[in-house]
Amino acid sequence: MKDNGKVTNIFLSGVGGQGAILASNILGEVFIKAGYDVKKAEVHGMAQRGGDVTTHFRFGKKVYSPLIKYGDVDYLLSFELLEAIRYINWVKPEGKIVINKSEIFPPAVNLGQMEYPKGVEKTFKKYFKENVWMVDGQGIAKKLGNAQAANVVLVGAFSNFFPEVKDAQWIEAIKALLAPKLHDLNVKAFHEGKKAL
Amino acid sequence: MKEIMQGNSAIVRGAWEAGVKVAAAYPGTPSSEILKDVADNYPEVYAEWAPNEMVALQVASGAAIAGARSMAAMKHVGMNVAADALMTLAYTGIKGGLMVVIADDPFVHSSQNEQDSRNWARFAKIPLLEPGDAQECYDFAKISFDISEKFDTPVILRTETRVAHSDSLVEPGKRVESKIPLGLDPKEAPKYVMVPAHVRVRRKIIEERMRKLEEYADTFKYNVMEINDPSVGVITSGVSYMYTKDVFPEWSYLKLGMVWPLPKKMIAEFFKKVKKVIIVEELDPFIETEIKAMGYKIWHGKDLIPNMYELTPEIVEKCLKGKKYKEPKIKVKPEDLPRRPPNLCAGCSHRPLFYALKKLGAFVFGDIGCYTLAVAPPLQALHTCICMGAGGGMAHGAMKALGKEGLGKVVAVLGDSTFLHSGIAPLMNAVYNKGNSTTIVLDNRITGMTGHQEHAGTGFTVRQEPTNMVDYMEIGKALGVKSIRYLDPYNIKECMEIIKEEMSKNVPSLLLCKDSPCMLLRRAKPLEKFKNPLYMINTDKCRGCKVCLEINCPAISWRESAGQTKDGHKRKGTVYINPDQCVGCEVCVQVCKFEAIVPGKK
Ligand code: SF4
Ligand code: SF4
Repeated sequence: MKDNGKVTNIFLSGVGGQGAILASNILGEVFIKAGYDVKKAEVHGMAQRGGDVTTHFRFGKKVYSPLIKYGDVDYLLSFELLEAIRYINWVKPEGKIVINKSEIFPPAVNLGQMEYPKGVEKTFKKYFKENVWMVDGQGIAKKLGNAQAANVVLVGAFSNFFPEVKDAQWIEAIKALLAPKLHDLNVKAFHEGKKAL
Repeated sequence: MKEIMQGNSAIVRGAWEAGVKVAAAYPGTPSSEILKDVADNYPEVYAEWAPNEMVALQVASGAAIAGARSMAAMKHVGMNVAADALMTLAYTGIKGGLMVVIADDPFVHSSQNEQDSRNWARFAKIPLLEPGDAQECYDFAKISFDISEKFDTPVILRTETRVAHSDSLVEPGKRVESKIPLGLDPKEAPKYVMVPAHVRVRRKIIEERMRKLEEYADTFKYNVMEINDPSVGVITSGVSYMYTKDVFPEWSYLKLGMVWPLPKKMIAEFFKKVKKVIIVEELDPFIETEIKAMGYKIWHGKDLIPNMYELTPEIVEKCLKGKKYKEPKIKVKPEDLPRRPPNLCAGCSHRPLFYALKKLGAFVFGDIGCYTLAVAPPLQALHTCICMGAGGGMAHGAMKALGKEGLGKVVAVLGDSTFLHSGIAPLMNAVYNKGNSTTIVLDNRITGMTGHQEHAGTGFTVRQEPTNMVDYMEIGKALGVKSIRYLDPYNIKECMEIIKEEMSKNVPSLLLCKDSPCMLLRRAKPLEKFKNPLYMINTDKCRGCKVCLEINCPAISWRESAGQTKDGHKRKGTVYINPDQCVGCEVCVQVCKFEAIVPGKK
């Protein structure tokens, strides 16, 4: 896969409860099976209380730091608009960005003290041109019967960046991490996500 | 085959393979996963949640003295609680290996202070290992038991957030039972009874042991020298090594797996092999101070690397490159974006209680738990948070200082787990010393903040076996508290009346929140007591007064749009209740003056 000496940096961001952690676990399974060294660091101490969640995910031949260097993100995979724009400065100029079209208001917005950022997509496109993809994760997942699978839709979309990894490998990882009764739904979510990009 | 593991799990795996038999802990971020992992995955190991870190260490050390390999795990501030035991265990030594895991929290992601636990090693004269990723967590945990037994000492394994909560690959192996026979020997009393005559004997042994450990450090296989470009040599350890190596792979390194005692010969050799030495370490200048004291001149250390907050690869790069560091372009200023702080859950029983306290204008001596979140606006109803159990003691002290002036104005709050951790002694003290403080136990039937760990008041062990359940009322009675009452936190008016009454009494009172389990504790069926599954805004009536926003329920938000109520009151907007988030706790209903919040259907 690509340049072997290089470490690939994937930054995942979202709000507690959106399933960003499962998504990063799927990435973990996939890239370990592909023979890479993998490190990931999660900040999720208070995620259950509606705080933000981020995961630094790195893979390559040998990975030292569990944290991505500021400004060194190759791929930003974000589950929520505000949590995407919060990390825009982290992305390399040639970085690629996938954003779930979901808005979850933080307290200051709920209280009417601050505005939810407008034009997130536009801002990203201004700097990253055609390297920005918006995905309606919830919408697609809802059509499949369960909005909860939005995270796997996003993983499906994201998988397009790694054509060397076969769909079967992604699906194997999804199955390994989810209870059998969720397999059908999430395999479909993966495929629909893959088409969404 | 290699497996991906969290640092905490890797520690457990290493300990298990080393034959560990007993594990005890009190939860605390970022160490909480350790004991849960033992309980869930390693049936050979006895595991327990202790009421606090001191007890956890007592349990583990008792097992160690009985010959079993054992471990205690805690966060950095937990070590402060356990320190009394640790300091003397350094004297007695152990029999079966004893590993003490201390997890630091640089940058204070979820703690009340920032401490560098490496200092305990020097203070207590105990060896300390510092892993930098999961493989090292596994390796170091495993070897810590050998070191512990070889030198007859507890060993500290020090991690921090980015080690404990990072996942990376580990090559696991098989469990090997310890060869040390189990059993207690009364003849060993001089070793374990620390009366002055024995202490003085053991005191010398500590010094001899440290000397031997220093020699061992020079041969320790995880103290590693990597000579690349000899013009710059970095002395570092743990995750600081990972960051520095990532940014400056070309430099030479002395990576210390054992940070205390330091390998003096190796350090001397390193200084000979490289031209200039930089010391990169997170938090305190621990290694730096020692190396300077050995008489070496270093090129850089804490003059460039900050001594607070956590390090990251870019901080290391920025500090060491100085002007040559190129800042990534700022496209959006993060300061301009609304933050997303954690909040009490929708339906949480702490919300109405703190709303009541706020309305009463009480000064609230707080404690550590989810309820500490009540400090945030708009609730802003908590006024101190120092350490576990502090609220009760402080409220009593404040009342003694204020005298009659304080009556009716002061209250202490703490959680059920916190009460059992260290809240009982302060309450006993208030009774004994004829105080008049009011203590409220926010009993939500679980250790909430750290992610739902059982405790002596929940009725379950860490392995979910039913067990005895502490009765807080009986504890209060036994301590001699004369005024003890139950409180329904969901009834704001009643809460205000009862709390006001109790705060004004000239005797200590204990108020126990009843039937108020954590919203996330499924087995307690927290939603069942709510009459309606959700509430909605009647936009005919909502005047947009924003009063309900003051409770800061995550389900309620403001929608700006000028208009009027059905009966003609002008308004700038209305509130909206998100039906996916609302659980029907009726707190907002009690706050709304215009009956605009009405039952809805899911
Ligand atoms: S986790 Fe439980 S205790 Fe904590 S805020 Fe939510 S409901 Fe309240
Ligand atoms: S009833 Fe009101 S306070 Fe309670 S969860 Fe619903 S919106 Fe929030």
